[in-house]
Amino acid sequence: MTSSLLTTDSRTKRRNAAEARFRAYGLAAIGIAALAIVILLTSVLTSGLSGFRQTYITLEIALPEAKLDKSGARDPAVMAKVTTIGYTPLLRDALLAKMADLGISTTASDKDIAGMISKEAAATLRDLVLANPDLIGGTVTLEVLAEGRIDGYFKSRVTMESAALDSNTSPEALQVAQALADAGVISTHFNWAFLTAPDASDQRPEAAGLGVAILGSLYMMAVVLVLSLPIGVATAIYLEEFAPKNRLSDLIEVNIANLAAVPSIVFGILGLAIFINFAGLNQSSPLVGGLVLTLMTLPTIIIATRAALKAVPPSIRDAALGVGASKMQSVFHHVLPLAAPGILTGTIIGLAQALGETAPLLLIGMVAFVREYPAAYTEGAGLFGEAATALPVQIFNWTQRADPGFVERASAAVITLLLFLAVMNTVAVLLRRRFERRW
Amino acid sequence: MWIFDVLFSLPVLVIGLALAGLFGATARAKLACAGDVRRLAALPRAHGSNAFFSVMVPALAVFLLLSLVRLIGDRQGAATISASTVYWGVLVVALLGCAGAVLRSSLGFRARLASEAWIRALLIAASSIAIATTAGIVLSMVFEATQFFGQYAWQDFFFSTEWSPNFRGNSSLGILPLLWGTLYVSAIALAFAVPVGLFAAIYLAEYASPRMRSIAKPMIEVLAGIPTIVYGLFALITVGPLMRDYFAQPMGLGDSASSIMTAGLVMGIMLIPFVSSLSDDTINAVPQAMRDGSLGLGATKSETIRQVIIPAALPGIVGAILLAASRAIGETMIVVLGAGTAARLSLNPFEAMTTITVKIVSQLTGDTDFASPETLVAFALGLTLFTFTLCLNVLALVIVRKYREQYE
Repeated sequence: MTSSLLTTDSRTKRRNAAEARFRAYGLAAIGIAALAIVILLTSVLTSGLSGFRQTYITLEIALPEAKLDKSGARDPAVMAKVTTIGYTPLLRDALLAKMADLGISTTASDKDIAGMISKEAAATLRDLVLANPDLIGGTVTLEVLAEGRIDGYFKSRVTMESAALDSNTSPEALQVAQALADAGVISTHFNWAFLTAPDASDQRPEAAGLGVAILGSLYMMAVVLVLSLPIGVATAIYLEEFAPKNRLSDLIEVNIANLAAVPSIVFGILGLAIFINFAGLNQSSPLVGGLVLTLMTLPTIIIATRAALKAVPPSIRDAALGVGASKMQSVFHHVLPLAAPGILTGTIIGLAQALGETAPLLLIGMVAFVREYPAAYTEGAGLFGEAATALPVQIFNWTQRADPGFVERASAAVITLLLFLAVMNTVAVLLRRRFERRW
Repeated sequence: MWIFDVLFSLPVLVIGLALAGLFGATARAKLACAGDVRRLAALPRAHGSNAFFSVMVPALAVFLLLSLVRLIGDRQGAATISASTVYWGVLVVALLGCAGAVLRSSLGFRARLASEAWIRALLIAASSIAIATTAGIVLSMVFEATQFFGQYAWQDFFFSTEWSPNFRGNSSLGILPLLWGTLYVSAIALAFAVPVGLFAAIYLAEYASPRMRSIAKPMIEVLAGIPTIVYGLFALITVGPLMRDYFAQPMGLGDSASSIMTAGLVMGIMLIPFVSSLSDDTINAVPQAMRDGSLGLGATKSETIRQVIIPAALPGIVGAILLAASRAIGETMIVVLGAGTAARLSLNPFEAMTTITVKIVSQLTGDTDFASPETLVAFALGLTLFTFTLCLNVLALVIVRKYREQYE
C-alpha cells in the first residue's frame, strides 16, 4: 500500500475515531451532570409545587348556644370545656345543609361526608369561637381546610380508582366534592399557612406548615452568624498575618483542614456528648443546633477569609507599616476592610451550607414534634433554649410519615429550602461581582 | 424588681465595668498630659481600649474556666464551685482589671502595645477553638466508646457478622454488615462519580470553549450546593421507585424501593462536583509547554491527555477521588432515606442494606439510655467512621503534597 499525505490510512482513521470518541465521552459526562440536575429539579417541582396550594371549603356554620355554652354566661373557662369533638358535628351539619341547599344528593354516608372536612377545622372553629364568644347563637361563614384526600383529588393525586381502595375516603365523597367545587363552595388557592403554620399530626397533612421550622432555622442562623463570623475571621487573621512558623500553627492548620472534611454526623455526636450530656444545654434547642452548626461552618469561613486576606497585595501592608502603623494597625485598618467583601461572600456561603445541614441536627433531638412557636428568650429555657425544629429536619420528618399527603409537603418544603439557598448564593455571587477588586 | 436582676446580671456588670474602664482610662490619660497629647507615649484612645480589653478578656477567661470546672464537678457528682462563686470570681477579676488599667494610664505607659497584646491573645484563643473542636470530638467519642467496650467485647463488635440490637439486652452488635453496606454504597457512588466527574473535568479543561465553560462549570457546582436532604428525598420519591419498577423487578432481583443501588446512584450525582472541581484545578495547573510538546510530536489531543496530562495531574486526581470517598463514607441523609435500615451482608445491589451512619442515627434518636450498649455502640460506630475518614483525608493530603510535580 502506498502511503500518501492525501489519503488517510487506517491507523490515522483509528486514531481520529478514538479522538472523537474521547471527546464524546467528555461531552456525555457533562450531559449526565446536566441531566441529573434537570431530573432532580423537575422531580422536586412536580411533586412539590402543589403543596403551596390548598383546598378549602367555605361553610356557613350555625353556632347553637345549647351545644357550645349551656350556661349562657359566655365564660371562656366554661366554654373551653367543649372540646373539638363538640364542634365536629356543627361542621358536618353545615356541610350537609350546604349540599341540601345546592341540591346535591349522594349515596355517601354522613360519616364519609363529615370526613371531607379536615380534623384541623374543628380546632380552627373552636379557637375562633373562644376568641369571640359573641359569635355563639349566630352563623359564621368560615373557610375551613378540606381533608387531605379531597385536597389530593383536586391536585390529581387521588383518583376515583385509588379512592375505591382507600378506607379514608370513597368515590362518592369525591363526586360530592366535585359537585361542591362546581358550585364554588370548594376552592383551591395559594396557601400562606404552609409557610407560617406549625407542624400537624400524622392524620392531617393538609394542616402541616413550616412556621416553627423556619423560625428554628432562623434562630440557628443567628447563633451561627454571631459566633462563627468573629471567631472565623479572628482565626484566619492570626494564621495568615501573625502566626509564627511553629508547631502550634502547624497543628491548627492541620486541624482546620481536617475539620472541613469530617463527616457532618460526627459533629452531631460531638453536640450530643458535649453540649447536651456534658454541658447540660436543652435538647432540641436552637442554641445547641446553632453551636454544632457553628463548629461545622468555621472551617468554611476560615478558608474563605484566608483566601480574601491573601488576595490583598503586600504593598498595602508595606505602605501602612512604612508610615509607622503597627502590624496590628496595618491589618485592622487596611487589610481587613479590603478583604471584607471576600469574607462576606465566604460567610454567606458558609451559612447556606449550615442552613441545609440535617444529619447532626437529628442527633441533638431536633426531630421532635414541635407545635409551639419557640420564643427567642424565656426565663426558664434561656436564650434560644426552647425546643424547635429546623427546615431540613422538618423535611426528613415528613418523609417518615405514612400519609402520602406528606410527600407533597416534604417536596414543597424542599422547594422553600432551595429558594432560601438560591437567594443566599445569588447575593454572595452579586457581592463578589460588585466588590471584587483585582490588583 | 426585674430591672435590678438585669442590672446586676453578670454580662451587664462586666460590660459596664469595661466601659467604665474605657472612659476612665481615656480621661486619666488626657488629664495626665494636660491637653498636650504629644507628651503621652500612646494616644488616649489606646489607653481606653487597653482598659476595655483588660476587663473583658480576663473576665471571659475566668468565666469559661470556672464554668468548666463547675461542670466537670457536677458530672462527677461533687459540688466544687457554686454559681455565686463564679459570679463573684468573674466580678472581682473584672474589677481588678478595670482598676489596674485605669491606674496604669500615665504619661509613659505604652498603652497601644498593651492593648495589641490583648487582641493578639484573643486571636490565638479563637484559633485554638479548631484544636478544641477536634479534641472534643475525639475525647467525647473515645470516652463513650470505652464505656461501650467495657460492656461489650471488642472482638464481637469488629468481627461479628450479625447486627440485631435489642433494647431488652442481649443484642448482637457486629459492625461487619454495616461496614459492608457503607463500602458497597460508596463503591457504587464512586463508580458513577469518578468517570463522570473526571471526564467532565477533562472536557471543561481541554475541549470546552470559554463560553461553554462559563456555563457548565457553575452548573456542576450547583450540585455541590444542594443539601443532602434534597438528594435523600430525590432518592426516596423518584430514583427508588424507578429502580424497583424498571430494574429490580424485571430482573427478578427484589422488590424493595430502598436499595444500595438507589442510594449509591444518588450519592454518585452528589459527588460529581467533588471529583470534577479538584481534578479541573490540577489539570489546569499542568503547564501548557507539556501539551505543546506532545502535540508537536504528532499526538492527537486525546492521546496528549491520556499519556501526558493525566499522568502529570494524577496526584491531584487521586486526592480528589479519596476526598470524594471520604464524603461517601460519611454521608448520612441519602442513605437514611435511600438505602434502607436492614443490616444485611448481600451482593445484590437492589437489596436494602444499611450503613454505619444510618445506624448512628437510629441508635441515637428517640429514647436513648446512655448506660446501655445499644446506645453506646453509636459512639464506637462514630469513632470507627471518624478514623476511616481521617485516614482517607490524611492520605489524600499526603499524596497531593508528596507526589505533586513541580513545574518551574
